[in-house]
Amino acid sequence: MIAPDIKREFINIVGEENFEDSEVERLVYSYDATPNFQSIPDAVVSPRNTEEVSKILQLCNENKIPIVPRGSGTNLCAGTCPVEGGIVLLFKHMNKILEIDEENLTVTCQPGVITLDLIHAVEQKGLFYPPDPSSMKISTIGGNINENSGGLRGLKYGVTRDYVLGLEAVLPNGEIVRTGGKLAKDVAGYDLTRLFIGSEGTLGVITEATLKLIPLPESKKTMLALFQDLEAAARSVSKIIANKVIPATLEFLDQPTLKVVEDYSQIGLPTDVQAVLLIEQDGTPENVSKDMKVMEEICRSENAVSVQIAQSEEEAEALRTARRTALSALARLAPTTILEDATVPRSEIAKMVKAINEIAAKHNVKICTFGHAGDGNLHPTCTTDIRKKDEMERVEKAFAEIFAKAIELGGTITGEHGVGAMKAPYLEWKLGKSGIDVMKSIKAALDPNNIMNPGKLFAKDTRKRVVISK
Amino acid sequence: MMTESEKQNIQRDFKERMDEDELLNCMRCGFCLPSCPTYIVSGYKESQSPRGRIALMKAVYDGVLQPDDEFEKSLNLCLGCRACEPVCPSGVNYGHLLEEARDIINQNKKHSLPVRAVRNVVFKQLFPKKNNLINITSLVGFYQKSGLQKAARKIGFMKLFPDHLREMEKILPDVLERKTLKQRSEYFPPKGEKKATVAFFSGCLMDTLFLETNHATIQLLQKAGCEIVIPKTQACCGALHGHSGEKELAKELAKQNIEAFGKNEVDYIITNAGGCGAFLIEYDHLLKDDPQWSERAEKFVAKIKDITSILYELDFHKQFRLSLPEQVVTYQDSCHLRNVMKTSKAPRELLRSIKGVTFTEMENADSCCGSAGIYNIVEPKTSMEILDQKMEKMKKTSATTIVTANPGCFMQMKLGIEREGLKDVKAVHIVDLLLEAAK
Repeated sequence: MIAPDIKREFINIVGEENFEDSEVERLVYSYDATPNFQSIPDAVVSPRNTEEVSKILQLCNENKIPIVPRGSGTNLCAGTCPVEGGIVLLFKHMNKILEIDEENLTVTCQPGVITLDLIHAVEQKGLFYPPDPSSMKISTIGGNINENSGGLRGLKYGVTRDYVLGLEAVLPNGEIVRTGGKLAKDVAGYDLTRLFIGSEGTLGVITEATLKLIPLPESKKTMLALFQDLEAAARSVSKIIANKVIPATLEFLDQPTLKVVEDYSQIGLPTDVQAVLLIEQDGTPENVSKDMKVMEEICRSENAVSVQIAQSEEEAEALRTARRTALSALARLAPTTILEDATVPRSEIAKMVKAINEIAAKHNVKICTFGHAGDGNLHPTCTTDIRKKDEMERVEKAFAEIFAKAIELGGTITGEHGVGAMKAPYLEWKLGKSGIDVMKSIKAALDPNNIMNPGKLFAKDTRKRVVISK
Repeated sequence: MMTESEKQNIQRDFKERMDEDELLNCMRCGFCLPSCPTYIVSGYKESQSPRGRIALMKAVYDGVLQPDDEFEKSLNLCLGCRACEPVCPSGVNYGHLLEEARDIINQNKKHSLPVRAVRNVVFKQLFPKKNNLINITSLVGFYQKSGLQKAARKIGFMKLFPDHLREMEKILPDVLERKTLKQRSEYFPPKGEKKATVAFFSGCLMDTLFLETNHATIQLLQKAGCEIVIPKTQACCGALHGHSGEKELAKELAKQNIEAFGKNEVDYIITNAGGCGAFLIEYDHLLKDDPQWSERAEKFVAKIKDITSILYELDFHKQFRLSLPEQVVTYQDSCHLRNVMKTSKAPRELLRSIKGVTFTEMENADSCCGSAGIYNIVEPKTSMEILDQKMEKMKKTSATTIVTANPGCFMQMKLGIEREGLKDVKAVHIVDLLLEAAK
């Protein structure tokens, strides 16, 4: 609970209407989109500007009150679940696009801007902000930066990290720092911009961002390739990349995922094949046609049963939208859906798909797989029931093996969803002890009182590494 | 204020009655948030979003949260427009959860005496009993025609009422005389070749305050080649009851309707009010635990169709050369017609087919106008905020005609026009416009 005198100080900073601590208002900020994580904060605070954020952080720092900055709560690693209580910080007032600079090709905005609103705003000026997480209609830029979100366009255009040029952030002691700027080149000291990107709210609060834009591509084509063999689809992905074609999107969906997505979207997706690849290319019309042809031939050489190009932008958009619903649509199958985003080098994607299926069979759990195959980022998703204890134990074992396999193949435990509270016990598997120690010392230097999103990234205990029998 | 024992009883009933699988089906992805009018209008408050409300219901179910006034308020502020359902990839039946939760709260709460009296009149005397409704409508007619309305407005009598009720008094439609209804036949033959046999669900408000629209509906159906029966023993659909925590009364009305419409062999049961249609089409859910009725309910449900759907399917718009004086027309979806009956294309295509009509799609036409049954009376503040936003979008279309497909939306649009002082704009039920175009 927040002591009455401190509550009064919060209200002095943000005003009565921006401080909530009723049971109802606290409960609805006790979760994000991660299953099995819920923890009720002590209060919910909505600052109106950077100065207020600064005062809030000072107050929390003096009184050692945990702070969890939260966008729209769509993250999948329990990154915004207030596991140690404290206050949840909302950015509903700080949601303006401040400037679109057409001379420097940048956009400057506050953290609460919805990602898709920003994308639409810059597209009206013929500009392009590529990072497009599946939740972009709901997620905020502040959330995207803190989680370093990826998306469907990641393999050609990179992720959020590749578009952040500068930040304004408030440190736990209340100091305001500005990093980077509207600069294509800037090597003045440590790259603090990148330090904050993907920091999951553990180092400070981002209050403004300057993002890089690029010219909107001239044209785009979308293609669906159908396979009766899962691994053939995965092999096609590696072959496309090896053929030096980098498509804008290269998504993979297996049959169970296809079925539920079609069940929801009703757009006529094939449900009688084992896997599909959703492929897109953008650029000049000539290059797009050339690349689409190369990719079509590769898919056919891997025995694709059908390769078809979408006939209109509506059809293409329907396919992309359907893909974005995959995770939530899988919730149709079972009460609980647990998803991971183990990522491997692109050349290893076929091996990873095969391993996931073997691991699922071994532990007798149901795992559906979809994801951004083109950048090696898969989303094996287990449909299960949180009420069944023994099944949940098997699910956990299966995922531990999937993580271990990904690392063995030169991959990582998370490609784009983040570590949060959910994957903290596995972080050391990827980083090793020295890697963890470096990160811990950075954290201690910036946030000595550990008020910023405590309980995330660093676990009390590292999970015992599973040994994979080869 | 909820008393301690009310809280305990509500909690107990949540545990007993709420559908755990449905609560668990929400995986909290948040895809519903941008579609929720109260989430937007409240300035993005999670407690006024579908995800937040489900989390609250689940917390009460799990015993994590004790129900209190604020919990009830969060549920009361929901419009029940169900725009969150079509956008939910997991397929959560939010409307069913809300209905059950409201019923539990209402059945366990001791209302104050005046509230009890009003609820008794509205839910038990007025809506289930058509004669009473006819009588009260006649009173409205008397009020309008006798000069009382003029007098009341002149002496400032209406100033005694709150703003929103005063504005509503102005938009009451002119009421037809009661004998027009009493004399209506129960059977109408098709004009020309017979294409289908239909039963008409005439509704209660539609058959009193909006009787003219019902007449127009019958004429359109005849023109389209339908043989029409209007079962006399039909009752109110029960939507008002179902949405207000009077589920048992709603079930009684459902059974009465299934019985009334079971007497004639028809291809379809036609409605012209999205709100009623959506409730009728879910009788199977309402009666799912009643073995004597569940199968009959399923058969009934399979026949429910909106007037715009049948006209579109029977090619009414191709059969007749529809035309109107040149005008820009826009369409405000009825939430329940769109989100529950899944009808949104037919009305638009019918309007587009009228010569002289320039159809302009309104931004967020699929979002609730704030009418939502009796929401605009019980939650006027939020309702008017939503309406004001709606009218801004409406003005951008430069339309002079706003078409609706449900009496509540129709009244709300009239209210919006009145509030904005738009002299050249009119609101119309789609049926009335189509009949005018077909003449």
